[in-house]
Amino acid sequence: MRYLPLTDAERGEMCSTLGISDVRELFGCIAPERCFYPLDDFPPALSESELIQRFRGFALRNSYPEFLSFLGAGAYPHFIPEVVNSLSAKGEFLTPYTPYQPEVSQGNLQAMFEYQTMMTMLTGMDVSNASLYDGGTAAAEGALLTIRKSGKPRILISSSLHPEYAEIIRTYVQNLHYELLTVGSDRSSGKVDITDLERKLDERTAAFLFQSPNFFGVIEDNGILAEAVHRRNGYAVQVVAEAMSLPFLVPPGRCGVDVVAGEAQSFGLPLSFGGPYLGFLAARDGFLRQMPGRIVGETRDADGKRGYVLTLSTREQHIKREKATSNICTNQAWCAIRAAMYLATMGKVGLTKISRINHQNAAYFVRRVSPFSHVRVRYGRDFFNEVVLEILHGESVDFYERLRKKGILAGIPLGRFFADFGNALLISFTEMHDREMIDRLVAAIGDRP
Amino acid sequence: MSLEGFRFTKDHEWINTDRTTFRVGITEYAQHELGDVVYVELPPPGKVVSKSAPIANIESVKAVSDVYSPLSGTVGEINGKLAEHPELVNQDPYGEGWLFTLQIGDPTELDGLMDQKKYEEYLKGISGE
Repeated sequence: MRYLPLTDAERGEMCSTLGISDVRELFGCIAPERCFYPLDDFPPALSESELIQRFRGFALRNSYPEFLSFLGAGAYPHFIPEVVNSLSAKGEFLTPYTPYQPEVSQGNLQAMFEYQTMMTMLTGMDVSNASLYDGGTAAAEGALLTIRKSGKPRILISSSLHPEYAEIIRTYVQNLHYELLTVGSDRSSGKVDITDLERKLDERTAAFLFQSPNFFGVIEDNGILAEAVHRRNGYAVQVVAEAMSLPFLVPPGRCGVDVVAGEAQSFGLPLSFGGPYLGFLAARDGFLRQMPGRIVGETRDADGKRGYVLTLSTREQHIKREKATSNICTNQAWCAIRAAMYLATMGKVGLTKISRINHQNAAYFVRRVSPFSHVRVRYGRDFFNEVVLEILHGESVDFYERLRKKGILAGIPLGRFFADFGNALLISFTEMHDREMIDRLVAAIGDRP
Repeated sequence: MSLEGFRFTKDHEWINTDRTTFRVGITEYAQHELGDVVYVELPPPGKVVSKSAPIANIESVKAVSDVYSPLSGTVGEINGKLAEHPELVNQDPYGEGWLFTLQIGDPTELDGLMDQKKYEEYLKGISGE
């Protein structure tokens, strides 16, 4: 059987419908040198031992483990209990391809169901899907969800949304007839500018999408935001880039939020240079039929025994084709199962404790740097585990390089994302830091050149 | 059953021209072919639609099927009862199982639809195939 059963004639027909002469034109927006590798230039094949040697050499060039790191901004180093690594490495979890047939996959399906249940508890929502790719795609899917549900074409996004998430949302909607509008932030608090929000909300607005804790680490007043959006018949979508904040805060569902989308890498997944991560999407009951992705449900079999199956699959591409709720036709099942293992291992009490340590470490840092006159914490109230540090004289990039030479990755210089934050670093704290490490950072900051 | 005032499409939708607002639904034949209806996705009120364009879809235990608009117009009301009771489409397709109302744009389009007699003949043709 041919796996791609397209004839040249069919290809020709599709090209002429699209008004192109060659499939390659579809990839015109990507630089050609990134599409097609010059295979002629490949070095000669290596033996197995040479290959291992070569890649060991590459691995040694990773210098990250030598540093004391305070980098975060959407990717957070948290402790992962060994039981998560060991259990998730079981072949039944690690290697099955589309493990969704109920007659042979009860273990996987139950684990995914548990994941969904725990995510609804953490977010205060009624339903969760079985995962999406990552925080950015989850945010974009959250936006599209409200457009489908409301039939309205406009989405407002907060300027303090993770800039990469905002870019992904823009990419998603660039060829659709939707309108994206940015709502500004208040300069002194770092929170959403509620006046600007109210000015931009109108009857055509499907939803306001904001991040909390936002990109600058500030916890938004999500109840006030949700109320303002509901007054204009829109939906409130909260994006969460640091899932570890969920057990620390009141669940968004109890504050009036309608949809919660975000990144759950913090629950049992290593940094791994950016992936695979874990997108999550949870919503109120009324959104169920419009949810993208897979959903596992609990049911009874013919003998009345409890069992788990994929449910409401008619939302999806393999049945509804172009009318499906999303183009995403897969998920991050293994990452979601790891998250379920992590959450089950930590338990409600353990998780709350860890999230508190995250906050306490950030609070300790804020206290320790407050006497300094050459730096300033920009938003010193209502933060979770990240803060913006302003360098009062100089550029944050130089400051970062100076501390890097001392073996410390002090935070992410924000100038690359925001022109008016050229003197600011985003510094992130987790339970992986102890007082001694934070003291080392504070001493390095205090040690002026 | 006499369906005076009803007009039918080849895709087995009906539109009732008796009432001041024209209701749209699917026929007895269509509901029987679909089997037990479990969910009906309806258009938002105010949606402008052209004749024969997909406007709603009906999910049964067997399949998901499009409903095509019998005429051009604007969607008025939708049948809110179907959210909780999609089975009304099976039980009473010409009555309580209506889908939405349509404010039609071009009354001459009605001439292109079948009346009950013609539709029944059309059904005989299908079953004879």
